[in-house]
Amino acid sequence: MKINMSHGSGGKASADIMRDIFGKEFSNDVLDKMEDAAVLEINGKIAFSTDSFVVTPVQFKGGDIGKLAVCGTVNDLLMMGAEPKYLTCGFILEEGLDVEELRAMVVSMGKMAREAGVKIVAGDTKVVEGKGGLYINTSGIGEIPQGRDVSASNCAPGDVIILSGDLGDHHACILSARMNVENNIESDCACLNEIPQALFENGINVKTMRDVTRGGLGTVLNEISESSKCHMEIEESAIPVNPEVRGFADILGLDPLYMGNEGKMIVIVPKEQSERALALIKGTPYGKKGAIIGKVTEKGEKGTVVQRTKMGGTRVIHVLYGEGLPRIC
Amino acid sequence: MKIETMLAYLKEYDGPEIKLMEVCGTHTSSIFKSGIRSLISPKIKLISGPGCPVCVTPTAYIDQCVTYAMKENHVLVTFGDMMKVTGSHGSLADNKGNGAKVELMYSPMEIVKKAAENPDKTYVIAAVGFETTVPTYALTMEEAESQGIKNIKFITALKQVMPALQWICENENTIHGFICPGHVSVIIGSTIYQGLSQKYKIPCTVAGFEPEHILAAVYDLVCRVERKRSDKYEDFSVHNLYSNAVKAEGNEKAKDLMEKYFKPGAAMWRGLGIIENSGLYIRPEYESFDGGSYGLDQDMELPEACKCSDVIIGRINPNECPMFGENCNPTNPYGPCMVSTEGACGIWYRNGGTL
Repeated sequence: MKINMSHGSGGKASADIMRDIFGKEFSNDVLDKMEDAAVLEINGKIAFSTDSFVVTPVQFKGGDIGKLAVCGTVNDLLMMGAEPKYLTCGFILEEGLDVEELRAMVVSMGKMAREAGVKIVAGDTKVVEGKGGLYINTSGIGEIPQGRDVSASNCAPGDVIILSGDLGDHHACILSARMNVENNIESDCACLNEIPQALFENGINVKTMRDVTRGGLGTVLNEISESSKCHMEIEESAIPVNPEVRGFADILGLDPLYMGNEGKMIVIVPKEQSERALALIKGTPYGKKGAIIGKVTEKGEKGTVVQRTKMGGTRVIHVLYGEGLPRIC
Repeated sequence: MKIETMLAYLKEYDGPEIKLMEVCGTHTSSIFKSGIRSLISPKIKLISGPGCPVCVTPTAYIDQCVTYAMKENHVLVTFGDMMKVTGSHGSLADNKGNGAKVELMYSPMEIVKKAAENPDKTYVIAAVGFETTVPTYALTMEEAESQGIKNIKFITALKQVMPALQWICENENTIHGFICPGHVSVIIGSTIYQGLSQKYKIPCTVAGFEPEHILAAVYDLVCRVERKRSDKYEDFSVHNLYSNAVKAEGNEKAKDLMEKYFKPGAAMWRGLGIIENSGLYIRPEYESFDGGSYGLDQDMELPEACKCSDVIIGRINPNECPMFGENCNPTNPYGPCMVSTEGACGIWYRNGGTL
């Protein structure tokens, strides 16, 4: 069966997919009440975020748009030191979408949400003209336990920058799929709950966390250095990149520093806790390839990021300008 | 020789200013990423010549690509970098929003298969590049011909390196040495630079792409310039430091293939103007493959103040251009030196005032 306009009408067809697909896969005590809005118990400070997902193809090695829609918002909440609790989701479906394809994405979302410990408590579906595409928006809230203060403006000279693993996997995976290139590159799409959990449980003074998504590490570090008014220095030789991704990026003229990821983060901690923090990160499922990649060097009104190259030279790392397209020469 | 020895020599160099030019986008990128400029004396200037085929592409070419992409049953296939080059009605990326059908390609050869599978569509390949990529386009035509595939067309903006070097020597003879391209030389060989080197008395050194390779070429050229100055010893033989990949005569097979399908003609270089015989065009025998590549010379009017042509040949530094900064920057570029992430102006801007 294909999606048609009646599935977005609010009538019988809408109710059917709501019950058979969304209600079934997302079932939990809040959603099952089927009220106009979810009523939630929240204590103290909350983190609140939203993100939309429009990736094509909707299925790729290592994940799909459903998994991505959960991970993206969950990770944004985690980066503020919050414990993700609830998500909402809005689906925009194009006419002609196969219902089984939709179901597969919803199953994947439900599974990922359970793994990440969040409940999907409200949602909406609209149908528009098109060619069978599928777009998802998720919003999420999480509780910030007392005493946690994680922010991009917290860094100070001497702090150490830790990256949780290889750069560029998701970007290279999606590009390979779009260009029909056969390789073994998988998206790193994952919810990163275990990393902050391990750090907080062990008393690490986490100053800043950021997931390294669109714009890549280069852009993320610039945002933090600007926010904290600090200069940063990273070591080229310390930055982990899967050799297959490196080769793919080289051919296309892409720089892993500006490639998007969906399951990588940086953590900035005081120097004296950095080795311990790294060991904790490496002990989690998505932090095995974690590495110390650099440090916050000194205060500066206009924060800059500099990379020390393998040859010993320096290169200014700027934000990504425009779209990270492969170049030809 | 050890890399540290070369670095120490280049760091301490304190003689007259030496200008070396690389004419290969991949060299420029490698120099930029490895921070070579930060390791050598400021008296040695590395100048990025017109080595990026994409950024010297004129407006009329982009317009032709957009026209095909908008045409019914036509798909334009291109390498990624072309997407953002401005035409008179926006770039390919801009026009995707207006319904232009544009797909990225990994290699032109894959288009033969696509065209065979979709006979109702015409695939128009935006064939841009130097001698490095030309043989692949020739192979694509050969394969399409042997399979009897008719629904592939090329719009070519192919360029040859030698006429550009010649142009630079004729117009700005303050360059002290050329770092000759690696990939291009794999095809055209190293001997080809000999005549130019002797005529204009500019040493030429062929280099590979690793930062160490480029450093070795810089060292080689600086030493030659120095010896010429101090001992009056002149060495204008071509030094090939990439000899495991580059042969003196180049790759004969690839050259034959290029010769079979392409012939030289005048071509427009954004920022430089029309250079005789610097382009390559599909021969009349294979014109059924040509999507109208001749005469795409019309270029956007660069603002009068734009000094790209002076920057490209190393006559001025990017910040000496009155457009630089507020009026021309990576998010709103005019000339080729700013369009490309590898252009001298783009690098200068992002590095906050140094090359």
